[in-house]
Amino acid sequence: MTVSQTSFRAALLDAEHPAPAGLTDGHGTPARKRFDVYRNNVAVSLTEALVTAFPSIHSLVGDDFFRAMAGVFLRQHPPSSPVMMYYGAEMPAFLADFAPVAHLPYLADVARIDLALRRAYHAADATAVDPSAFGAIAPEALGAVAFSLAPAVQIVSSPYPIHDIWQMTKGGSKPSAAAQDVLITRPEFDPVVDLLPPGGAIFFEQIGIGQTLGAAMETATGHVPDFDLGGLLGLALTRGALTDLTRPPAN
Amino acid sequence: MLDACFDTLPPLPGVGYKPQHYREILSEPGSVAWLEVHAENYMGDGGRPLAQLQYLSQQFPLSIHGVGLSIGGEGDLDRAHLDRLRKLCDWAKPASFSEHLAWSTHDAHFLNDLLPLPYTEATVARVADHVSQVQDHIGRRMLLENPSSYLWFEESTLSETDFLAEVAKRTGCGLLLDVNNVFVSATNLKMDPRAYIDAFPMELVGEIHLGGHDEDEDEHGAPLLIDSHGAEVVDPVWALYDYTLDHAGPKPTLIEWDTDVPDWPVLRAEADRAAQALTRVPA
Amino acid sequence: MSNTKNTLVVASAVAAAMAASLSAPAHAQAQEKCYGVSLAGENDCAAGPGTTCAGTSTVDYQGNAWTLVPAGTCADIEVPAATDGMARMGSLEALDRDLPA
Repeated sequence: MTVSQTSFRAALLDAEHPAPAGLTDGHGTPARKRFDVYRNNVAVSLTEALVTAFPSIHSLVGDDFFRAMAGVFLRQHPPSSPVMMYYGAEMPAFLADFAPVAHLPYLADVARIDLALRRAYHAADATAVDPSAFGAIAPEALGAVAFSLAPAVQIVSSPYPIHDIWQMTKGGSKPSAAAQDVLITRPEFDPVVDLLPPGGAIFFEQIGIGQTLGAAMETATGHVPDFDLGGLLGLALTRGALTDLTRPPAN
Repeated sequence: MLDACFDTLPPLPGVGYKPQHYREILSEPGSVAWLEVHAENYMGDGGRPLAQLQYLSQQFPLSIHGVGLSIGGEGDLDRAHLDRLRKLCDWAKPASFSEHLAWSTHDAHFLNDLLPLPYTEATVARVADHVSQVQDHIGRRMLLENPSSYLWFEESTLSETDFLAEVAKRTGCGLLLDVNNVFVSATNLKMDPRAYIDAFPMELVGEIHLGGHDEDEDEHGAPLLIDSHGAEVVDPVWALYDYTLDHAGPKPTLIEWDTDVPDWPVLRAEADRAAQALTRVPA
Repeated sequence: MSNTKNTLVVASAVAAAMAASLSAPAHAQAQEKCYGVSLAGENDCAAGPGTTCAGTSTVDYQGNAWTLVPAGTCADIEVPAATDGMARMGSLEALDRDLPA
């Protein structure tokens, strides 16, 4: 009697599936609870991984519910890589479809913040633009400078007040009723979540695709007439969100 | 820096590195002789984990311990993961790299546990092939660790010690002897842990692991120990460690504590106890 | 950009941003920065799940889940989706980074 890894694995994540035959305690007694040790290790370790991975969702739905939900998630979406720091990328889509949380439609976007924080934590290091570098550029040329976004930079946009909800899970006050976009950065080693002002997400998107400062501002202002470039740029520089300042060719 | 001194793990105690101990490890020089980290936790692109590892690797010999290669897997090794491992080893230049006699990936799903395999001629060939691929890919000799067993495969025709010795013979790899795993497996499978140590090819041992386990029982009331790495090393395991050192001589010895990680003084006390045991043994 | 007004807007915005960012606190020494783990528990959360090479005796209770209802801090939240006319559904996937293979 040989036990294939296919049959071992099939029984691991399905409690209804009997343990494969051919496994014993070493003295002929069939392994039942002994097999359950592996079932348990897989389910509990992945549940713990998800609790660690999605602290905001854990706080929002509570420990009992989260762990039960994790049991469903991990069976639908076991990790596809041994690099566990990135586990759970399917969580926003899962939450959007999971009937018992259909009345909490903001969860998917809050889960995106948890995911973005982890990616930011492990993102490549980058040298941020030194604000003083602008001093060497003629004022009339500033509109033509361009940047890259630091590898840690991510934006989550939502029709829900996800910044307030996220803050509430950290002990903040009750959320307002407004759509919110958040910016995730990593100034040094610790990711930071900031509420973006109106037009901020569009601005970062434009910078990220290589548009100049002036063009990104025009696009953002086209959507949000009172777009505040100074405030947003100050935030971007403080958070180290911009790298690789490229200046227009001198002419 | 003094990288040249860090080519090998010294026959002294090391600990499994946890970021919450960073400050104390650096502020108490000499408290531990070397550090071990799990490879997969340092496979991000940057940030604090790699910054810390870089700094620590200048102060301590480093052991990189993989938990995700699935060397015992029926399928092919994950090429992308091998590449990540090579990149990490090239960058961190560890004194040692080790992995487990276990599988964890099947049909592209990683199951986050060290799963068991039968010990047969066929599985020896497969594991030896995988170990050779790993060593070729990362360009260094690896150590293969004995697992904690909760059950036995009826199809097995080889003892675990013969299996490991045969893999080492075919591949030139070394072995990592986890003494707690020996105790856990022997208890669970109703075997004599000292007989296991007697049969183990000590000349191939590059590192010893010690850790804590939990106690449970199976549905028939037989003891079932769980390798939890969440408690102090128990006295019978310390005794088995002494017995091992009598056979093996002093070896680099790691204290593993991975769940319910204690404050630094508790972990350091475990390392100190290993240091005492090592001092007693003639080199 | 040829528009004089926009040139002025950008120039004054850059000046304001420089002033704001240069007044931010100076950076710590490189080694001290690595210590940051002790500054806040949430740092560890940001690291995300780590690996395991250990088993567990914690028992996974599976199967009775759907008598459960969410019972965390979500009970304090009642928010209708905003309808401000902008396309704000979901995240801006364009800015999501690809994970390393």
